[in-house]
Amino acid sequence: MRKLSFNRSKYGALAGLIGLGALLSILSPSFLTLSNIMNVLNQVSLNGLVAIGMTFVILSGGIDLSVGSILALSGAVLASMLKGGMPQIIAILIALVMSAVFGLLNGVFIATFNLQPFIVTMAFMTIFRGSTFVFTQGRPITGLGKQGIFVAAGRGDIAGVPWSGILLLACLIITAFLLARTVYGKTIYAIGGNPEAARLSGLPVKTARASVYAVSGFFAGLAGMVLTSRLDSAQPLAGQSYELDAIAAVVLGGTSLSGGRGFMVGTLIGAFIIGILNNGLNLLEVSSFYQQIVKGAVILLAVLLDRRK
Amino acid sequence: MDGIRLEMRGIKKSFGPVVVLKDMKLDIEPAEIHALVGENGAGKSTLMKILGGVIQKDAGEIRINGQPVEIRRVRDAERYGIAVIHQELSILPYLSIAENVFLGKELKTRLGLVDARRMHIEVAEKLKELGLAVNPDMPAGSLSVGQMQLVEIAKALIHRAKLIVMDEPTSALTDHEIEKLFGIIRSLKTKGVSFIYISHRLEELFSICDRLTVLRDGEYIGTANVRDLSFNQVVSMMVGREIGDRFPRKDTAPGETILQVNNLGRGKAFRNVSFSVRKGEIFGIAGLMGAGRTELVRALFGAEPAETGTIQLKGKNVSITSPLDAMNLGMGLVTEDRKAEGLFLDFSIEFNIAAANFDHLAKAGFVHPATIRDFAEQFTQSLRIKTPSVDVPVSNLSGGNQQKAVVAKWLGRSPEILVLDEPTRGVDVGAKREIYEIMTKLAAQGVAIIMVSSELPEVVGMSDRVLVMRQGEQAGILEENITQERIMALATGVVYT
Repeated sequence: MRKLSFNRSKYGALAGLIGLGALLSILSPSFLTLSNIMNVLNQVSLNGLVAIGMTFVILSGGIDLSVGSILALSGAVLASMLKGGMPQIIAILIALVMSAVFGLLNGVFIATFNLQPFIVTMAFMTIFRGSTFVFTQGRPITGLGKQGIFVAAGRGDIAGVPWSGILLLACLIITAFLLARTVYGKTIYAIGGNPEAARLSGLPVKTARASVYAVSGFFAGLAGMVLTSRLDSAQPLAGQSYELDAIAAVVLGGTSLSGGRGFMVGTLIGAFIIGILNNGLNLLEVSSFYQQIVKGAVILLAVLLDRRK
Repeated sequence: MDGIRLEMRGIKKSFGPVVVLKDMKLDIEPAEIHALVGENGAGKSTLMKILGGVIQKDAGEIRINGQPVEIRRVRDAERYGIAVIHQELSILPYLSIAENVFLGKELKTRLGLVDARRMHIEVAEKLKELGLAVNPDMPAGSLSVGQMQLVEIAKALIHRAKLIVMDEPTSALTDHEIEKLFGIIRSLKTKGVSFIYISHRLEELFSICDRLTVLRDGEYIGTANVRDLSFNQVVSMMVGREIGDRFPRKDTAPGETILQVNNLGRGKAFRNVSFSVRKGEIFGIAGLMGAGRTELVRALFGAEPAETGTIQLKGKNVSITSPLDAMNLGMGLVTEDRKAEGLFLDFSIEFNIAAANFDHLAKAGFVHPATIRDFAEQFTQSLRIKTPSVDVPVSNLSGGNQQKAVVAKWLGRSPEILVLDEPTRGVDVGAKREIYEIMTKLAAQGVAIIMVSSELPEVVGMSDRVLVMRQGEQAGILEENITQERIMALATGVVYT
């Protein structure tokens, strides 16, 4: 029964995370320390935020390759607004709305003209990256401020817990609820499962399909804000290949790339698996060249174990 | 050409703990058309997969012309002269007909290159023999389903098959194509070729088959001459009990007119269709494949909206441009292809039943799991969907129960008009009766039912009136004295005598 395999992939990912954590805490004494765990949380928050948006897209049966570029572009726009002296809260809101609109552009092309998500978002990945270069003239934008909500987003903490981690968990709870308990969430699953059956059941297929890319863009913008804050600068090359880490997190979390099947909590677990893998390999002083090989192998192993008959 | 005699004895097969075949037997004589009948899940396709070398038996013996043989691979079966034509045809649409016929067994020139000319000639010859006048170099995808069937037969014959298994060959054919296919099967029989014929349409067995073997729950029930049996005897062998009359009695008379359609049309699909449907009426729509029946009802439901004409509901003009419009006017559509268009196959029964009902089950966009579950359970019970729980993926259900789940989705909206396109396609005999009962019951409650069907006995047995379509146009509406002959005469434009 599929219901069981649903749970198996959910618990499978969790078991993988726990197993990996246990292994790393044996191998490295500094892994299981409070400061390192907070460090991991801080590191995971970026990929985690992007992956939350990606989960919406993948559940609907699509894919979004443009998130890294949206992250960079919105980060650059945010940085220039801050530098121009705009109040932080307003600048952040504008940047987030803009990111959602960028994402929606993907969605409009995909839903209205019925184009392949892979191609459309790849085109916008290039367009937004190019726009970032044009906007920044290829140079980082630096010197963005010393305090306030913007600074806290990437660098601040409360009682040792990074604000970015709290932001991630808050977003997770909201989106998990949205997917499981709203008509909008059910519609996304339905589109991923069978778009024609969804349409003939009176569900708003086109709108929902376009909207998931706006959601994805929004979360890329949120990650862009965190990254810009953390680096205290907007880099034109920021967020490159983030889309791949986000897709990996979603898939490791047990969500099916063909859509319709998966859970938000799984995505968070997937993001943590990638995060502690990076962190653990660093602690073990594995060269970054080998790290990539290990990461790829883990993803391969995970999908192999989770394979459905 | 010499035919072959096939004997299968004591065939056993299990998948994990599930026993699919227990002590099955089957005898096929040379030059015989032998029907294999049983409900879905009876083990017919498993048995044929064993014969075709797709899967391995756990125990038992297969003899061909008295010699024990082992069929371990598809190639083995082919070597013994056995060809299986599956329901989902294995035609590759972008390859030519000739390339399809010789796929994986291409004729070679002396240099080892593909000998396209010789393949062309052989295929052209064989197609001509079968009465199919097409160029073997055409892409196979441009053929109709009926023509593809013939190509599959040609392929079997070219590879010297003497026993051809046909699984539901007629499910997508027009009546004219079916007649042609039967003609070919009969003429091949005179040349010594045997057929194992699997079909849900029992009427066909009586017109084409010599003997039949009945399976039930993986067990051998019996073999008999078809002419010694009545329709009801075959059905009771299949289901293991008497199912009573084939169609339930409908006691209620239709009420006032609820739907009036005037000069409806959409592109080339259909045009100038006018009819009315009354409350509590079962309104049949008949016609050959491609006559525009499905397109008509999909336009009514707003799936592909009509371009010309008007629709009146209870005397008022309405505009239906999307499924949601139709739903808000009290309509529901059970689609022709339930797997592609009706169901979320991997999703739970619960989700499938709720799918068209989120708008009224949700409060301000939020859905409560308990509300959804109660709703789904209410309908699994009232429609008697056989399942341990509503969490089970709908793909685990039998065809009949899947169809009931689709119907349940619409009943949740208390529709005033329910459109069913091929309501019993791929559904067991027993479950068919249940679906007919649901339709009759709904009609008795005043629901107007529009039923598109290719099964003439069903149209005749269930409908109060019948609209017959021909080539996108309205050929006529039969009000009384509805017979298969009268429907066919309108559908084909030919009067049979």
